Amino acid sequence: MFQNIGEMLVLFWRTLLALPQAWRQRQKVFEQFFEIANASLLMVCILSFFIGAVIALQTGPVLVERGLASAVGGVVGVSICKELAPVMMSILIAGRIGSAMAAEIGSMRVYQEIDALRTMNINPIHYLVLPRIIAIIAALPLLVVFAILVGWLGGSFVSMLNHQIDIPSPSFFSTLRDVVMIKDVANGVFKSFIFAGIVGVVSCHQGLITLGGPRGIGRSVTKAVVNSIVLIVIFDYLLTRILMS
Amino acid sequence: MNTPASNQNHRGVSLRVSGLRKSFGDLEVLRGLDFDVKAGETFVIMGPSGSGKSVLLKHLIGLEEPDAGEILIDGQPILSPEVMAQYRLAMVFQSGALLTSLTVAENVGLYLTEHRLKTPEEIARIVADKLEVVGLKGAEDKMPSELSGGMKKRVAIARALVIEPQLILYDEPTSELDPLSAVVIAEEIVHLQARIGVTSLVVSHDRELAFGVANRIAVINEGRILALGTPEQIQQSTDPLVKEFLHAGFRRHA
Repeated sequence: MFQNIGEMLVLFWRTLLALPQAWRQRQKVFEQFFEIANASLLMVCILSFFIGAVIALQTGPVLVERGLASAVGGVVGVSICKELAPVMMSILIAGRIGSAMAAEIGSMRVYQEIDALRTMNINPIHYLVLPRIIAIIAALPLLVVFAILVGWLGGSFVSMLNHQIDIPSPSFFSTLRDVVMIKDVANGVFKSFIFAGIVGVVSCHQGLITLGGPRGIGRSVTKAVVNSIVLIVIFDYLLTRILMS
Repeated sequence: MNTPASNQNHRGVSLRVSGLRKSFGDLEVLRGLDFDVKAGETFVIMGPSGSGKSVLLKHLIGLEEPDAGEILIDGQPILSPEVMAQYRLAMVFQSGALLTSLTVAENVGLYLTEHRLKTPEEIARIVADKLEVVGLKGAEDKMPSELSGGMKKRVAIARALVIEPQLILYDEPTSELDPLSAVVIAEEIVHLQARIGVTSLVVSHDRELAFGVANRIAVINEGRILALGTPEQIQQSTDPLVKEFLHAGFRRHA
C-alpha cells in the first residue's frame, strides 16, 4: 500500500512538472474534457436532482413538525453544496470516468502500446496522463456546480409537492439564500478540485501499473474505483476539518 | 523528454552487449550475454520460446534495466537518456503495438506529430510514402481493429520507418503470419538494410527468416549464447542443442 501511495505521489509530481506541456496537448485535453462532461452530465443531473429530493423528503417533515419550516431550504442547500454534491459527484466520476481511464491506460500497457510510445521518445505522462488529469480537474468542479443547482431544484420541487412539507419554491429559495453563503459553494467546489485530482492520479496510476491480460485490466479498474472512493471519503473528512477552522 | 535526434543522420549504429544479466525473482532470464552488432548489419537472435529473446530486446531499447552488464551504442551506454536522445531507435513489436484509438495514418505519423518535426501536410505525404513502401497504400483511414495480423505488422514497420531509424529492432516479425506475408516482411527487412543502411536486430524463432535475412546469427537458449556466426557457420555448428533447434521438425510415425 505504501509503495502505491509513493508511486502515486511521484506520478502527481511528474504530472506537475509536465504542466508546461499542457498547451501542446490542448487537443487531447479538449477531447478528454468533452468525453468527461458529455458522458456524465445527464447522470449528474439525475443523481443530484434525486439527492436534493431525498434530503428534502427526509428532513422536511421532521423540521416542519417541529415548527422549523423556514430551515428546510437552508438544510437542503448547505448539505448539498458543502457535502453531497462534491462527494457524490466525485464518486460518480470515479466510477464512470476513473474506471474508463484505468481500463484504457491499462489496456495500452498490457498490449505494449505504452512501450511503443517510449520507443518513439514520447513520454506517456505527457501523452496520456497530463491531458486526462487536466480535463478531470477542469470538468468535475463544473459538474459539481451543475449538481448543486439541480440538487437545490430537486429539494425545492419535493418541498413544494410533498403535503407534509408544503413549502412553495420562493420560500424555499429565500431561506436557502439566507443560510447558504458563497463561501459554502466555494468550499464544495474546492473539495471537488482535490477529489478530481485524486480520481485522475489514482486511475492513471492503476492503468500504468497494470500487469497481465484482461484479468489484470479488470483488477486495475476495480482498484482504481475502490481506492478513489476510499481516498475521497478520507480527504472529505480532512478537508472539512481544515475548511471549518 | 529528450528532443529526438536529428533526422539528417542516416548511418546505422554499432551495438555491444557485454555481460548482460537479468533475473525476475528467482528466475534468471539472461545469464551473461556477450555479442557485438556491426553498423549496418542484420543480426538475428534465434532461440526457442522462453529463451530470453524478448527480454533482451527490451534491454536494447531501454525498456528494462539490466541487473549486471552493459549495452553500448556506438560505444556509449544506452541507459543514459542523453545517449538515447542522440540516436533514433525503433522497434517493431511482436503484436505490432499500434495505438488502437488512432487510425493507421495517425499511428504511422505519431512520432512526427508528437515531436512537431514536420507540418501536417508533410506528415500526410510521408505517411502515404511509408505505407506505400510496406504495400498498404490507401489504408490511412483504417483503424487497427480492421487490419489483419500481417497488415498490423506492416503498419508497425511503416511507423518505425517514419523515424528513419539508425537501429531497428524486430520482435518475432513473422509470428502469426501466413507464409506469403512472412516473405513480404522478410523482403522488407532486407530491402531496408540495402536502402538506408540501418542496423537491424531481429529476434525470431523462424529459421527461414533468420537464414534469409541475417548477416550473422546468435542462437540463445536459457539466457546464454550457444552459437554465434554467419548463417553458414551456424548451419555447421556441432552444438547438439543448436543442431536440434535447427533441424527440429514434425514427422508422422506410422
